[in-house]
Amino acid sequence: MIRQKSPYPYWFVLPAAVVFVTLFLVPTLASLWFSLTRWDLFTAHFIGLDNYRQFFKEPFLIQGLGNTLVYAVLTSVSKSVLGLLLAVLLTSGILWQGFLRAVVFFPVLVSTIGIGITFAALMHPTKGAINVALAWVGIDGPAWLSDPALALYSVAFIDLWKGVGLATLIYIAGLAAISPDYYEAARIDGATRLQQFWRVTVPLVRPATVTVVTLSLIGGLRSFDIIWATTKGGPGFASDVLASVIYKQYQAGFYGLATAGNVILFALIALIILPLTWWLNKREVDL
Amino acid sequence: MKPHQRNAGLAALAVAFVVFILPFLFTFLMAVKTKKEAALFLFSWPSEWQFWANLTEVVKARNYMLLLAYFNSTLITLAAVSGLVVMGAMVGYVLQRRASGWNRLIYAGVLMGLMVPPAVVPTIWVLQGLGLFKTIHGMVLIQIAYGLSFSILLYRSFIGTIPRDLDEAARIDGARPWEIFFRVILPLLKPVTVTLIVVQSIAIFNDFTNPLYYLPGKENVTVQLTLFNFQTQFQSQFNLLFMNILLVTIPPLLVFIFFNRQIVAGMTAGGVKG
Repeated sequence: MIRQKSPYPYWFVLPAAVVFVTLFLVPTLASLWFSLTRWDLFTAHFIGLDNYRQFFKEPFLIQGLGNTLVYAVLTSVSKSVLGLLLAVLLTSGILWQGFLRAVVFFPVLVSTIGIGITFAALMHPTKGAINVALAWVGIDGPAWLSDPALALYSVAFIDLWKGVGLATLIYIAGLAAISPDYYEAARIDGATRLQQFWRVTVPLVRPATVTVVTLSLIGGLRSFDIIWATTKGGPGFASDVLASVIYKQYQAGFYGLATAGNVILFALIALIILPLTWWLNKREVDL
Repeated sequence: MKPHQRNAGLAALAVAFVVFILPFLFTFLMAVKTKKEAALFLFSWPSEWQFWANLTEVVKARNYMLLLAYFNSTLITLAAVSGLVVMGAMVGYVLQRRASGWNRLIYAGVLMGLMVPPAVVPTIWVLQGLGLFKTIHGMVLIQIAYGLSFSILLYRSFIGTIPRDLDEAARIDGARPWEIFFRVILPLLKPVTVTLIVVQSIAIFNDFTNPLYYLPGKENVTVQLTLFNFQTQFQSQFNLLFMNILLVTIPPLLVFIFFNRQIVAGMTAGGVKG
């Protein structure tokens, strides 16, 4: 008997597979090798773990690693908390709800570089609108982006401003999936609004939380353009993150070192995201 | 509407105005000011409106670089999104319809594509080897490679809602596999295709990092890179820099106004970032 041909042939996967394997998978695998070399794109000279050693020896490279973690945790926690609160507010039937949702979401779609330049102007230490406004109420505003102690946090704030709309949108979809019966039952049991929020909304919106936390963590760990548009990692190396360190090493022609940075970033993401999703999904089953 | 809903709404509007609308208003005001006034960075009404003068000056700057950038960005976006639609739908279709051991491998690839940051320098090395570095079509293929995971997941979940009976009926009528897909299935995917086109277009049009690495060079400039180039060139001409920001903000604004529903669907579907 002739085996019947499937109406879903595997060659359908082929075009996508060729592009993906050539331009994504091959470079990713090659990075493991090139990170062990001194490399000028033409000849690669094996130097063992020297690039990694250098990465963990140079203070500014270690600082970049620490900054990446601080930045990612800060943006992802603030986006999830604020996103949930905004989503609750914007599903409560308040005045102009649709318009408000659009306003909160619009920055997500706007060019990151444009937003970076705009905020760099607004955060200018003396002339910027933020400090001018603070001066009206008698507060001497800090140098948001040029104070080394503050720069990273200011950039994280801009990231929050731009990205909170996406978290809000995902939470709004999550809230819509919660049956009103739960709130009905909670009200009958005499639960206050606050109790309803903690005992009904927060546990039941969990799938959305998993999505928001995972997405913004991955995004935060890989973040580059907003930092490049505002501080370029400065002042000094105060707001450098892994992605900007990689770009700087690339610009300087240290291709092996840049690639080692890439592998470290990859390992960092895998080390954080894989256990996190495993843990979050496990807890989801318990409910 | 209850009174507390109205009051909460008014309070929220006031906060949203200050936090979210004022920065855009600031951009607009900067863009229409004179060079001297813009350099003050003040949040003030322009004493002299220079909308057209600034607009034409930005467009003419560096030998009409902005027009070339718009052309390049549009070309890359259109080509990459077309590729993502066809290739993403084909993989999503086979993945949803045919259960086999290969699917695990495909899922592993999709997951990697969503999570793993691209290894930039080795990618440049591959592109150079293929003669695709610093070329528009190389950039298109990169955008396809990076966008595939999202497209595949989006299509796979939608194809699950299309009954298999349709494929069966077409097959009994003698249609070959590619005919079933392109004539029967693909047209039915229109709603999710529109969503994908909108979300990916915005992502690719706004992309800065990938053109920065893979598409250097003046003749290949893209819209986001003009901003970056002008940032150093217009150090003393903030009115022109902000006019440029205004110009690159308009396409997503238009898309947002006309395709709001599709954007929301795309951004929340599977919660994957576009």
